[in-house]
Parts: sequence; C-alpha cells; structure tokens
Amino acid sequence: MTTLQTSAPAQAPTAYTPSLWARLKVNRNWMAVWFMLPAAAFLILFLAYPLGLGVWMSFTDERIGRTGVFVGLENYQWLWDDSIFWLSVFNTLLYTIVASAIKFVIGLYLALLLNRHMPFKAIIRSIVLIPFIVPTVLSAIAFWWIYDSQFSIISWSLIKMGLIDHNINFLGDANMARGSVIFANIWRGVPFVAITLLAGLQTVSPSLYEAATLDGATNWQRFRFITYPILTPIIAVVMTFSVLFTFTDFQLVWALTRGGPVNATHLMATLSYQRGIISGRLGEGAAIATAMIPFLAAAIAISWFGMQRRKWQQGSNND
Amino acid sequence: MTIITPDRRSLLKGGATMLAAAATMSSEQLLGYAKAWAQDAQWKPEAGAKINLLRWKRFVEAEDVAFMKIVDAFQKATGVTINVSNESYDDIQPKASVAANTGQGLDMVWGLYTLPFLFPNKCTDMTDVADYLGKKCGGWSASGEAYGKFQGKWIGVPVAATGGLVNYRVAAAEKAGHKEFPKDLGGFADLIKGLNKNGTPAGFALGHASGDANGWLHWALWAHGGNLIDKDNKVVINSPETAKSLEYVKGLYENFVPGTASWNDSSNNKAFLAGQLYLTANGISIYVTAKKENPQIAEDMNHAHLPAGVDGKTRELHLGFPILVYNFTKYPQACKAFTAFMMEPAQFDPWVESALGYLSPFLLGFEKNPIWTADPKNTPYRNVAETAQTPAGIGKMDENVAAAIADFVVVDMFANYCTGREDVKTAMASAERSAKRIFR
Repeated sequence: MTTLQTSAPAQAPTAYTPSLWARLKVNRNWMAVWFMLPAAAFLILFLAYPLGLGVWMSFTDERIGRTGVFVGLENYQWLWDDSIFWLSVFNTLLYTIVASAIKFVIGLYLALLLNRHMPFKAIIRSIVLIPFIVPTVLSAIAFWWIYDSQFSIISWSLIKMGLIDHNINFLGDANMARGSVIFANIWRGVPFVAITLLAGLQTVSPSLYEAATLDGATNWQRFRFITYPILTPIIAVVMTFSVLFTFTDFQLVWALTRGGPVNATHLMATLSYQRGIISGRLGEGAAIATAMIPFLAAAIAISWFGMQRRKWQQGSNND
Repeated sequence: MTIITPDRRSLLKGGATMLAAAATMSSEQLLGYAKAWAQDAQWKPEAGAKINLLRWKRFVEAEDVAFMKIVDAFQKATGVTINVSNESYDDIQPKASVAANTGQGLDMVWGLYTLPFLFPNKCTDMTDVADYLGKKCGGWSASGEAYGKFQGKWIGVPVAATGGLVNYRVAAAEKAGHKEFPKDLGGFADLIKGLNKNGTPAGFALGHASGDANGWLHWALWAHGGNLIDKDNKVVINSPETAKSLEYVKGLYENFVPGTASWNDSSNNKAFLAGQLYLTANGISIYVTAKKENPQIAEDMNHAHLPAGVDGKTRELHLGFPILVYNFTKYPQACKAFTAFMMEPAQFDPWVESALGYLSPFLLGFEKNPIWTADPKNTPYRNVAETAQTPAGIGKMDENVAAAIADFVVVDMFANYCTGREDVKTAMASAERSAKRIFR
C-alpha cells in the first residue's frame, strides 16, 4: 500500500517515514512534470527562446555577422518617426481587416452552400480546398503572371473583348496593388474558413431545423437563431487563426510586389525581413517584428475573451 | 586514339598560344593545364578540401556551362571538391547573409553588387589573390578596386560586372528623330518623349529591382550632380541637384510604358522581347536571347551608354559580381586557389566569350578579348569598368552603403515622386531620413 502513501498521508503514523526521494518517486505531480518536460523543452527551444532572442535583439544594434551592443529603445525611437514603418502598420491593418472580413463572409457563404445535399458533394468539397493546398509561393507566382503589367491574362482578355484599350496597371499603382494582394490573399484563405465552418455546420443537429421549420421559422430566422449561435465558438477559433495568418503573411506579398510600388504593400513582416536580412540590420528588423506582438496579442485576447463567454457561444440572452 | 597531354613546362611556356587556343581547349587539355597550374600556384589547397560555393543563377546558359567546366577542371587537378549551388538574384543575398551570421553552410559566394561590404569582418583577406591577378591581367580598373577594397584590404574579388546599358530599337529611335544615340541629357529626354509619341514607348524599372532600378536611377542622380553621401559618407541627398534629377526622371517616367513602378529585374526583358518595349536599361541578356529566339528584334536593336551628366562625365552603376571567401571556411587556400584559377586568362577568356558579353571585366587586360569587337553591338559592354561607380558614388564603400542600396533608398525616392505619392521636397526629406537612419 505504500504506493498510495502520498495521497493519503494521514494513514501513515507508523514508524516507517519514507524519504523525500521515495515520496517524490510516487508523487503524481512530480511524475507529471517529467511527462511534460519533452513538450516543454520543445516549446522553450523552438518558441520561447527565438521569441525572447528576437525581443532582445530589438534592443541591440546587431547586424549580420556581428553581435550588437544594447542600445535601449533606439531602434524603436527611429521607427516611431519613420513614415515607412507607419505605412507598413497601416498596410498590415488594412490587409488583415479587409481580407479577414471578406474571407469570413465568403467562407461562411460557401460553407452554407456546401452543407446542402447535392450530387458529387465529396468531390466539390475537396476542390474547394485546392487554393489552400497549393504552396503559397506557387500561387503567388501564378498571381504574379495574372497581374503582370504587360502580359496579364486579365488585361489581355479584356482588351480582346474590346472592353478596355490598355493594360491594367495591377501592381504599379498603390491602391490597385493593395487590392490585388488582398484579392490573392482572399483566394488563398477562403477554403480554410469555409471547410472549418463546414465542419461546424455538420455538428448542428437536423432536428433543431425540423423543429424550427414546424414552428414556421424563415430561412433567415433558422440561420440567425440556430446556425449562428451554435457556430459562434468555431467562428471565434477560425477567425483568430485567419487573422493571425493574414497579419503575419509574408510569402504572398514578397513574391508579388516585394513591398512595392513605393512601399504601398509593405507589411510589417516584409519590412522586417527587408531591413533585418536584406540590408543586414538585424536589430531594426527585430524591432519591427517585435512591434507586431501587441497587435497579435490583442487579436488573441479578443477571441479568447469571446470564447469564455457563454453569450458568445449560446446566443444573446444567455449570460 | 591517343590523347597527347602536354607536360607542365611546355604548357606554361606556350602562354601566348595557350591564350589563343583557350577557347577551343578540350577538357583533357584544360585538365592538363589545370594540373600544371596547380603545381605552380602559390595557394596549395588543403588536403581533402570540400568547398560549398553559392552563385547567382545564370542568365546566359553557355556561361554556366563554361563555369562548370572550370570548376570541373579545378576539381580534377587539385582533388578539391566544389559543390556549386545556384540562387536567383533576389535570394542570393539573404542566403549569404545567413551563412555569414551563423558561420556555416557556405565557404564562398559569388554574389551581386556590394555583398562583401555587408559583412566585411566575415570575409577572408583576398589581397594576395587580387594582387596576383592584377599583375597578370593588365591591372585593376579604378572601379574594380573600389568594388573589392575595404580599408586597404581586398575583401572580395570583383570577377566581372554586367553593364546596365541602354538597349534600344534602332528603327524606333530613328523614327523619333535620333539617328545617333543622344549623348546628353536633353537629347535623351527628347528621344524618350519622341518614342512615346510614336507609340513605341521606353520603360525603366521603378520597382524594387535590385539590378535594373538601382542602376539607371543612380545614373540619373549622379548625372545631375546629386549624391546620396559625400566623400566623408555624410548624407547629402537633400539638395537642389537631387531635385533637378527628380524632375528629370519624372519627365521621363511620364513617357514610359505603364506599369514600370511594379517592374522587377525580369520585367523589361520580357516586354522588350515581346516587342512591347523599345528602349530600356539592361545587361546584354536581352540581345543574347533575341539572337536565339527573335532574330528580327536582335537585328533592329543596339546598345549605348547612358548619356553624360551635366558635367560631361558618364557615371553608371553597373551590376558588379564580387566573389568572397568567408573567414570561417576550413579551406581558405583552396578557395583562394579556385578564385585565382578561375580568373586566369586561360579560363576567363573562354568563359567571358561563352557569356556573350554578359560578363564585363574589371581587369583591364581582358578588354582585349575578341568578343567585344566581333559584334559591334557588344562593344559598349566592353568599357563598363570605365564608367562604373560603386553605389557609394563619391563616398567610400562600407556596410552602410551596402545597406542603403539593399534598402532601395534612392529607388524609393524617385518612385515616390514619379508616382505622385510625395512632392519633391517630401521625397527628398524621406530619403534623407532613411539614409540618416542607415548612416548614423
């Protein structure tokens, strides 16, 4: 019975007092620490350490090939009145908000469509996933050709149809370029939202809809009072991920525009890479990357807070 | 079949004939030569040396073939293994930087522009190799020294440059009223305007194109007497001269084919070869491709240096290709031996010929290569080293200059003004601020 000693110390008034080690050996919490250690080591080594190193680097003037010295907030001071940095913050927010909102609307709509009974359901559902499966760089290169200033298929088709008389300047004009990269991001991100929401829709019991139909609920009412409340937790998770992915997007913009024209599409991630790796100022690049953390933390906080609340999960009258 | 491999002495003695024969040297002869060279060379590769070499991905296929032939001969003659990997223009610098920072992965890099200056304290001193080559091959041009030397030491060997020269369609230029290619700024602007009026527009990259955009925009800045930094590397971009160059470039931009603000290094090649672009600045790669795939365009095109500046001097920023050896390599002697071997006339001449004008030498002796005169359209690319400036302009090359060009400070200034995002004063002030951030 000694194996259970620790959980019931009151039963041990006997002469035998186990040593600390003996007690530890059978302590469940102590065991648990050991079981968690590999995972914790992984997290510390590959997540916490690089993150900490990045933050530390942002307080130094480290360059490529040379360790830096601590310079305090100097990097941040330079960023504070750097118009390109603020432009990149603006671009990132615009990119994230617009792309995420549209991805959500289209994704939800697609999910509702796919949730219906139709022929070739499985095949259609897999096809929807294709943009998500294609490696980002490949799709970026495809878009790069689609948006090319001279050889764009869109410009070409429209000219052949006689609708326009000159090539569309997709990536050469600031606002056009922003729209173009956002479109490419939406194209890529919709399947993730759609398929995850579809999974959520599948869990809604048909009997609820049947009952609502018997009560004479309209399509909209069924969506508003059954589908939406049940889907809310999944929406919160999906949108958190979607916002995080979009906010930290790099490949698509880098492959399409390299932040151009004149920095109009520079995101914080691409600017950080350009300053840190391309021009060798690791400290400054790290400062830009670190500046992304508050935004990301806020996005996580909002959805975490939301998921905690039953009101969000189960409808407006259930606090 | 017997192959006569000449012995070392007779090979080295017949230097002059070797040079002439070099282009047609078979691989056995090349190997014989390489063996003889290796025995006499002052750099003795370490036993069992293995070199990881990263280079830019070729634009001219035959150039790559010739380069690999040199690598092959060197490997066989010395027993050194050279592992060559290729990366596109844009990816070479990040890879080289990461290797410099982590101290592993690569032993030498054949990169672009100012690569060694991004991390001079990670580069092996190559002074002995540069001096040897200078003595043997007619001396270094001034631009070659500027591209290689940092604080009196050679931190890289500028192998060659690809000239960023004007590529234009002859018939279109003549129709625009210029039988001779204009030699001054006014004439050049007139030509661009005329081309646009005739529906045969010109176009130069204004996007983040490391080769094309940096090249012609630095020319425009320097031609008007503007500079990013003065001779003491103080930021002087905010000046009346810069303002003039901004106005000048905007005048050109308004007559360009639409979309140049989004162009990267390959955009103008594609548009020119498709017959949609009639004048641009580029290496000789457009002509090389046109000769093969589109002879009518090759027939009708020619090359010229960009026009002289207001002071009558031509200053251009060409795309230099320096090779560097990291100081953490285990095989510095092997790397040095390879660098010297590859730039010996016996290797370099046929290599340059195979590149069909894409590689212009910094070593003056190589200007005699027949490739430059065999086709008169190649000739402008011969003198690239003479008009070449480093991105430092009148200043001195260092880490900050390398960072400024990598960060597109000058390109963004012009693009900001041309696309109407900022006025002259704001564009200059933003550039000044960006530059001061770097040169602090």
